[in-house]
Amino acid sequence: MASTPPNLLEPVVAGPPRPPAPGPARRRRTALVGWSFILPNFVGFAALTLIPIVATLGLAFMQWNSYSTPEWVGLDNFRRLWASETFWTALRNTAYYAAGHIPLTLVAALGFAVLLNRKLRGIGIFRTALFFPYITSLVAVAVVWNMLFSPDAGPVNQFLHAIGVSETPGWTTSTTWAMPAVIITSVWRDLGYYMVLYLAGLQTIPGELYEAAEVDGAGPWARFWHITVPSLRPTTFFVLIMLTISSFKVFDLVQVMTEGGPGRSTLVLSQLIYREGVREGRFGYSSAVALVLFVIVLLVTVIQFRIQQRGEK
Amino acid sequence: MSRPGATVRRIVLYVLLIVISLAVLVPFGWMLVSSVKLDAEVFTVPIQWIPQELHWDNFTKIWSRVPLARYLTNSLILSVTITALQVLTGSFAAYGFAKVRFPGRDALFLAYLATIAVPWQAYMVPQYIMMERLGLVDTRMSLILLQAFGAFGVFLMRQYYLTIPDELSEAARIDGLSEYGIWARVILPLSKPALASLALLTFVNTWNDYMGPFIYLTSNDLWTVQIGLRAFVGQFDAEYAMIMTGSVISVLPILVIFLVGQRYFVQGIATSGLK
Repeated sequence: MASTPPNLLEPVVAGPPRPPAPGPARRRRTALVGWSFILPNFVGFAALTLIPIVATLGLAFMQWNSYSTPEWVGLDNFRRLWASETFWTALRNTAYYAAGHIPLTLVAALGFAVLLNRKLRGIGIFRTALFFPYITSLVAVAVVWNMLFSPDAGPVNQFLHAIGVSETPGWTTSTTWAMPAVIITSVWRDLGYYMVLYLAGLQTIPGELYEAAEVDGAGPWARFWHITVPSLRPTTFFVLIMLTISSFKVFDLVQVMTEGGPGRSTLVLSQLIYREGVREGRFGYSSAVALVLFVIVLLVTVIQFRIQQRGEK
Repeated sequence: MSRPGATVRRIVLYVLLIVISLAVLVPFGWMLVSSVKLDAEVFTVPIQWIPQELHWDNFTKIWSRVPLARYLTNSLILSVTITALQVLTGSFAAYGFAKVRFPGRDALFLAYLATIAVPWQAYMVPQYIMMERLGLVDTRMSLILLQAFGAFGVFLMRQYYLTIPDELSEAARIDGLSEYGIWARVILPLSKPALASLALLTFVNTWNDYMGPFIYLTSNDLWTVQIGLRAFVGQFDAEYAMIMTGSVISVLPILVIFLVGQRYFVQGIATSGLK
């Protein structure tokens, strides 16, 4: 299944080849048949995904609480956001998380994929081991890591002591170290998923490329930079986009590990949306936060897309 | 191959791989070891990797401490229902997108695709308002509706169907099979690996989901194992061993499913990622 070259966009745009045009009656029947296949899923998809997305766009410009009627207020919600310290804290924390989670996960996933992309007896066992954290229940993961990070007798700090660190961090109990603790846990959890993506990408690189480079006297490092990295460009592009989306919407891990604390040191945008929208019932205001989140993700994705396109020319 | 240098390199590689794998798996090891300890033995200096006494009774006691059986049942009900609906509607819709050509189809597919990139958090508030108005908050139905019609399943199945040659469905059409017949009798049997991938990924995602049940399920009776475990940790945060026992139990079903269907997970991720 993963044997065709990785190409994110081509199959999306071009469907199967067009057959000769049939008559109008036949065409209408075909359209009905086509829709009948899509409809059962589409009804749910439209009602629960498409409409809410559009609704967010509108709600962000309205004042609406649980017990009031919606009222158009223009940019009021955004002005309040701009002036809100909590919003900036959440935005900063989310960016912090992304700045740690994206590069670390990418490098770890790529490194392990290159290491594991060889025919060796028992290689499957290692792949399985590295992939397993990704599908483990998140609550269990967060709970275990919370304990591992325990400041006094936690295994992480015991290890740090053993290698000579005298002043060990307070991890999830410290405003400075809580976010690094969350990031470490998230990288550990997610790297297996992206490693699988990279492994699939690596398998599409023809072996002859490496053989030719070896004949030309290129060492392993040169082969990695001049063959592996450029050939993996489409995979890396996809990985970057997935990582961006998943970092900006991070919720579960933070909620279970730190609940946004201590203080507001790990409060992220998703939690703010949840607190304002679901718990406080400020629908308009929380939708404005949601819109900001969406626009950021969109912008980052578009920028990555541009860079990717420029690289291909 | 018989050069001594190659053998040495191979041994170094194996050692490196074993060290890395063990480092990644250490949290699980610690979880497992702690789950059969006494609370006082969990945080000791130095760490006791082999407990003096194995307290397997933690695994029998926990069922009366926490309504874990109910939580597991709730998780199972949700996961099975959502997976069944997602696989059914997803593969059905995917056939329309991959094998039937009609106006507007590609635009509609792009809409599906675009929503995959929209973070759920961006539209969860309108969803919540809708569910509230429908009186579905704090029911299983809310989560089933929210998660059963995801775009992901449609996307994954369509990508797979595109790899099935059109000649097969053409031949079946000439033999007089209707489109529904082709879906049921030609395409479905051929797409078993993709169906397995989708089913396993959906099941595991639903089982592990925290945010959905966290927002929608407030009655203890409906809680899933994730919410239940989190609540237990909040309530008895010093019962370290019991917390680890609960964690082990919440992970076990996933471990079993993963070991049985491992290659489908990997194929599913590779397909959704690369095509």
